[in-house]
Amino acid sequence: MYSIGERINGMFKSVGAAIREQDPAPIQELARKQLAAGADALDVNVGPAAADPLVAMEWLVKAIREVTDAPLAIDTTKPEVMRRGLEVAGPGSIINSTKGQQEQLDIFIPMAVELQASVIALTIDEAGIPRDANGRAEIALRAVASAMEHGLDMERLMIDAVILPANVAQPTAGHVLEAIRNVKLLADPAPKTVLGLSNVSQGTQQRPLINRTYLVMALTAGLDAAILDVLDSEMMDAMITAELLLNQAVYCDDFLRAYRSR
Amino acid sequence: MPFEMPVEKWAGAVNTVTIGATAENGGTRKSVVTVGGETGLPFLHFEGKTPYRPVVAMEVMDVPPPELPPALAEAIGDVAGDPAAWAAKCAGEFGADMVCLRLAGAHPDRENRSAEDCAGVVKSVLEAVKVPLIVLGCGQADKDNEVMPRVSEAAAGENCLLGTATQDNYKTITAACLADGHKLITEAPLDINIQKQVNILVSDAGMDLSRIVMYQSTGGLGYGMEYAYSIMERTRLAALSGDKTLSMPLLAVLGNECWKVKEARLPEEAAPSWGPAAERGVLWEAATAACFLHGGTHIFVMWHPRAVKQLRAMVDSLMSEGA
Repeated sequence: MYSIGERINGMFKSVGAAIREQDPAPIQELARKQLAAGADALDVNVGPAAADPLVAMEWLVKAIREVTDAPLAIDTTKPEVMRRGLEVAGPGSIINSTKGQQEQLDIFIPMAVELQASVIALTIDEAGIPRDANGRAEIALRAVASAMEHGLDMERLMIDAVILPANVAQPTAGHVLEAIRNVKLLADPAPKTVLGLSNVSQGTQQRPLINRTYLVMALTAGLDAAILDVLDSEMMDAMITAELLLNQAVYCDDFLRAYRSR
Repeated sequence: MPFEMPVEKWAGAVNTVTIGATAENGGTRKSVVTVGGETGLPFLHFEGKTPYRPVVAMEVMDVPPPELPPALAEAIGDVAGDPAAWAAKCAGEFGADMVCLRLAGAHPDRENRSAEDCAGVVKSVLEAVKVPLIVLGCGQADKDNEVMPRVSEAAAGENCLLGTATQDNYKTITAACLADGHKLITEAPLDINIQKQVNILVSDAGMDLSRIVMYQSTGGLGYGMEYAYSIMERTRLAALSGDKTLSMPLLAVLGNECWKVKEARLPEEAAPSWGPAAERGVLWEAATAACFLHGGTHIFVMWHPRAVKQLRAMVDSLMSEGA
């Protein structure tokens, strides 16, 4: 599974403070730690508190680029902040994210083609989050059509079927699994699937347990990528083990270490 | 509708490994061997690159092999008791790309030769031939741990391929290869899971994955060949999928496997319906090699020059298609 580390987010107090004080050290440390823990890419979100998100994003991406060339997922809803983030981060970055209404797709998908990025498309549109799997697939299909229209390689489109907290919208967990399976049937080659995993446990008392259990379930449904807390080593162990049991890696006695020494 | 070839896109590739060192690189070889580097399944030239030819290492023993079948005895001739002369014949007359010296005489049940004697044999072979050298121990773990460090030291700087490291015995030979600049063979008993484990163990011991060649204790035709093939295939698929712990080139020691089976050894009068004994062993070895060639083997350790010739013809043909 393609792991996108979620920790560089201004919503976390220490990250927010580092952004405000323009102190790169804690950010760079978080980048290193997440990569060492198995992240393939790093999410970058300046958070709601940044006075000027454009300036903050540019500073944040530059600070991370001083320590790693790993792909960055630029996490913002603002097109101008997205563009700046992608330009500073370089080709191979990830747009996180676009919603599924046509006006948004028409902004972000051409931007991905132009700046050689991948796109995470949420199955949310002007009507909100669909109630079931079919509604999710419908929005995903719109994103697929838009990718084809603008010439975005299908492997670079990542559909996020939007998981909701288990204590708020319990049936959603099942709908999202069904949507993950269905998205794979929308095109050949199929788009990738991704989840902002931690949302499933938001506000619950058993966050790590719910996160890792749902991650394993989603992998079984065919999930390709997740934005998650890679520093949760029990969850990463569960992910590695699930992939092994799905025969996506060759077994050896030290399979956890083998994965981490990739 | 025009036919479109379905082409698989792979994320990974087989490592490229060079064996042997010329004077430029601190050795005394006149030629070196480079294998690996494939970016697709074996010989699917439309799918990926096959930058280097598979190569043949002919096997030489430090002590005369017991009871060679006539077809083999005839081919090897009177050099069978003299490893340096035998090696020179392989590299010269038979055109082997490499020589594989097996230190069978070190085994406590054979002549129990000392580490010093073994190192002397290695030196004499290095002087007799200028192609790269593979050196295999006797297969008895404790004795190999005595012998291989001395052998490694005697061949320091020649960038040999030394073997073998196993799951239960890998530390000594790994340290020796690291100290003297050799490449290492990791061995598993026809088991891809153990192969991966040994690779991780030797890597933990400091050996870079790019310096390893893998060997699954091979089975010949009729004695596990298909099983060996399926492991080779799975190994290549793992490498192409990006598994760095299974991305090394493959070695197959098949000559000895083929020539010990009854189909290769029995004289004509004992098995008249099996056809001429002079051909059987050669064909057994060539057929096994053909199978492993398609499985993605890079280095073939073989015995009979005519089987080697047949393998070469197949390599020529497979490498030229799509070139």
